[in-house]
Amino acid sequence: MIARIRRLRYLLASIPFLLIVLLASGCIGNSNPQDSLSPAGAAAADSKRLFYPAFWIAVAIFFLTEGALVAAVWRFRHRGAPSDQLPKQVHGNTRLEVAWTIAPALLLAGLAVPTIATIFHLRPSSEGNPLNVTVIGHQWWWEFRYPDLGVVTANELHIPTHRRVNLLLQSEDVIHIFYVPRLAGGMDNVPGRNNTMWIEADKEGEYQGQCTQFCGASHAFMRFKVFADSPQNFDAWAQHQKEGPVNPATLPDQGNQVTYTYNGKPGTPAGGLKVFSNNACIGCHTITGVSNGMVGPNLTHFGERTSLAGASLTNTPDNVAKWIHNPQAVKPEAKMPNLHLSDEEIANLVAYLESLK
Amino acid sequence: MATIAQPYAGTYPRPSRWEVIWEWITTVDHKKIAKLYLVTSFVFFILAGIEALIIRLQLARPDERLISAETYNELFTMHGTMMIFLVVMPLGVAFFNLLVPLQIGARDVAFPRLNALSYWIYLFGGILLTSSWLFEAAPNDGWFAYANLTEKTFTPGHNLDFYYVGLQILGISSLIGAINFFVTILNMRAPGMRIMRMPPFTWMVMVTSVLLFTALPVLAVDLILLMFDRAYATNFFNPAKGGEPILWQHLFWLFGHPEVYIMILPAFGIISEILPTFARKPLFGYPVVVLSGAAIGVMGWGVWAHHMFTVGLGAAANSAFATTTMLIAVPTGIKIFNWIATLWGGDLQMKTPLYFALGFIAMFIIGGLSGVTHGIVPADYEQHMTYYIVAHFHYVLFGGALFALFGGIYYWYPKLFGRMLDETIGKWHFWLMLIGFNLTFGPFHMLGLDGMPRRIYTYAANNGWGFWNMVSTIGAFTIALSILVFFWNVYVTSRKPADAPADPWDGRSLEWTIPSPPPEYNFARIPVVHARDPLWHQKLLRRYGRATGNDPLAQEPADEHIHMPPRSFYPIITALGLPLMGYGFIYQQDHKAFWALFAAGIIVLFLGAFGWATEPTE
Repeated sequence: MIARIRRLRYLLASIPFLLIVLLASGCIGNSNPQDSLSPAGAAAADSKRLFYPAFWIAVAIFFLTEGALVAAVWRFRHRGAPSDQLPKQVHGNTRLEVAWTIAPALLLAGLAVPTIATIFHLRPSSEGNPLNVTVIGHQWWWEFRYPDLGVVTANELHIPTHRRVNLLLQSEDVIHIFYVPRLAGGMDNVPGRNNTMWIEADKEGEYQGQCTQFCGASHAFMRFKVFADSPQNFDAWAQHQKEGPVNPATLPDQGNQVTYTYNGKPGTPAGGLKVFSNNACIGCHTITGVSNGMVGPNLTHFGERTSLAGASLTNTPDNVAKWIHNPQAVKPEAKMPNLHLSDEEIANLVAYLESLK
Repeated sequence: MATIAQPYAGTYPRPSRWEVIWEWITTVDHKKIAKLYLVTSFVFFILAGIEALIIRLQLARPDERLISAETYNELFTMHGTMMIFLVVMPLGVAFFNLLVPLQIGARDVAFPRLNALSYWIYLFGGILLTSSWLFEAAPNDGWFAYANLTEKTFTPGHNLDFYYVGLQILGISSLIGAINFFVTILNMRAPGMRIMRMPPFTWMVMVTSVLLFTALPVLAVDLILLMFDRAYATNFFNPAKGGEPILWQHLFWLFGHPEVYIMILPAFGIISEILPTFARKPLFGYPVVVLSGAAIGVMGWGVWAHHMFTVGLGAAANSAFATTTMLIAVPTGIKIFNWIATLWGGDLQMKTPLYFALGFIAMFIIGGLSGVTHGIVPADYEQHMTYYIVAHFHYVLFGGALFALFGGIYYWYPKLFGRMLDETIGKWHFWLMLIGFNLTFGPFHMLGLDGMPRRIYTYAANNGWGFWNMVSTIGAFTIALSILVFFWNVYVTSRKPADAPADPWDGRSLEWTIPSPPPEYNFARIPVVHARDPLWHQKLLRRYGRATGNDPLAQEPADEHIHMPPRSFYPIITALGLPLMGYGFIYQQDHKAFWALFAAGIIVLFLGAFGWATEPTE
């Protein structure tokens, strides 16, 4: 019976150790899209480089202190019949107090030095040849402007690899946080303020991010993607963004081929251009050469994007139709109004938008 | 006082239901008020806990649509707001009420009617805040309600109006209570009880009281600015008109950081009482433990912007606050070492209160260590607003404060209720709660480092967060089960006779020198204190044959003419004015007629205060 209790106690005492092992297991294997411990760029690597020593020191202190606690309970548990014996009535020990005040203070001072150095290192600088991007947070989507390149896009940020990208963070409405963990820690987009940070990708790839400052009903859907392209691909992409989209009239069939069907209704790019131009869409969205709305995302090359609705839906014709049909059903309180378009209008719009390459 | 008739010799009719209700409504007895706080806190604990369970059900699987985003946003806001203001803080105050007069050898607090007022304001403020659910306007911008999302343009409806009115009312309750306890401790200690002879719990109450009455006004100002922006179209937080959203954060966290020490210092005090009793030796390094508590109170004012590292205050500010944040870990760590040293070499009585104290130390070490990693600013850029932060504060507030509070409940239950809670059921409660707690919040460390943000009502499947979220949900229901076990313990115990001895744990401080439960006047004779741990000191003197003269703690011969403050109807009346004003102000924004309700509240408030000031004091 005693042996069973002892075994049970060993088992229970092993739980915190098991938790540590489980926690550490998260560090091996394939990394998840927003894993801050799988940095793909220098800023995130700087954060991790500071975190890991602090973490392992914390683990060591954990084992020391929890170990002392468990040892104290194990060793000094009252065993046997209740007795009248009193343990030694120790009141304190000044030397110990001094020691365990100075030691942690020194340890923390040691951590403070690289911490402060890294805080300063993570500030953007204009040396080298940084790419400048302005990140404007909106409820609930991301606007990206490249002031030196004359490019405006939304929700999908393209950057060249191996080049500093200085981000200017702004907001049109409330506070958001631009957070793409594999590239960098987050920074606030505060309305009325210009915050700055930098990211730099080591290798080509797609990096996922999302807003981390609670910003209202659809905060959970304010996501974005960062595409790190090779420098040549990035230049080609930027060049292409400046150009207007494909005009349906220039397509071989003048844009009259049915490219999408919604609830049985056919849609053509040319038809969609008409629907777009004759509805409130032009009031909010910019498509180069077609409209100049400044409220919603720029849609000029929408057909090339991998996602929509604050990067919360994959860019498929059905998803675009779902979004246009009832934006608030996809993203609660979405600012894009439900225009109550007919199925035919939606079919045409989707065909048009997906043709914008 | 009602006269109780005696129809038959030797029998007494039971007090009627109305007499009992009247007794509770008019009480100014700190022990009854402690029970009121205890029961009310647990009602809110159940409600806030259910809110958490619904949150966990929604997050258990990716892309879940069990509840709407709007409801989710109200749930996480109310869970946090209620747990902080309606559960953890009032549970602390329950202990202030029970213990401070008993531990300092006083018969009640300095201002007994004010004490009752604090409770009734808490109850009514809590009802007002929680009633927002019924009005479909529960606060929904997070418990720290960052501007400028809280402006009317972005959060229309009355949700935030309930928030600032509710918190303003609750703040008044805490402020009054803090002044009351601070004066009580300074003025009403028994002869010989110097400050450095006070029990560690009362010491922590003293520090906490100072924090409360200095920090709450900062919150009050912030809430007033918010009220003006929302109700009178001012622009304190509106950047379009020259306002500054960050101002809200500075003021909020100037309150908010001392607030977390307000929540944990009483818990530190409880632990410092339980450990020596069950180790049967003194608190190791008493002067260091109590003074580090005071140091934490002072240093807590210098760290607020560690909640704002990503706001863009600049590298110099971030560096300064990184340094102060790391520094505050030093006095906290010192306490942990002293507590372990208290256990070391002791004769540990493995009873339920000690289990909870040990659980506290174990969990608080984890929460404290993760807190230090937040101070590594560049790492915090990754951790900020992710579940890694949620892990930290649940480990220190639940694993820390709540475990300590449960330990205190088991420890002082006999003193308050005259009955010992069952040991076996208590241990089941402890282990279920410890395991459930770690299953719920342990995974949050991983989820946070894996990039899962806070306050999202759903998440995509491709993030790989599903597994740990499911584990966490299972843990949450395990916690719920443990709480049911606790209530079972309370119920089973209530069926036992109230025959607990005065000193069931072989205690060290004055509360164990009087019966369980104590008579209304606490001490028949005010004790004279000659040392720290006065009861233990007397026991040791007797044990080693050094007790000379009269026992300074003896309760006989009783003092003649013990005058206790009479009951009063005016605290509850005065308190009633506040929610009337509150509802009136919230709804006058819709219909001007509601100003009448506001005015009625002012009248009730003044009638109550007038009656209070003019009622006889005998």
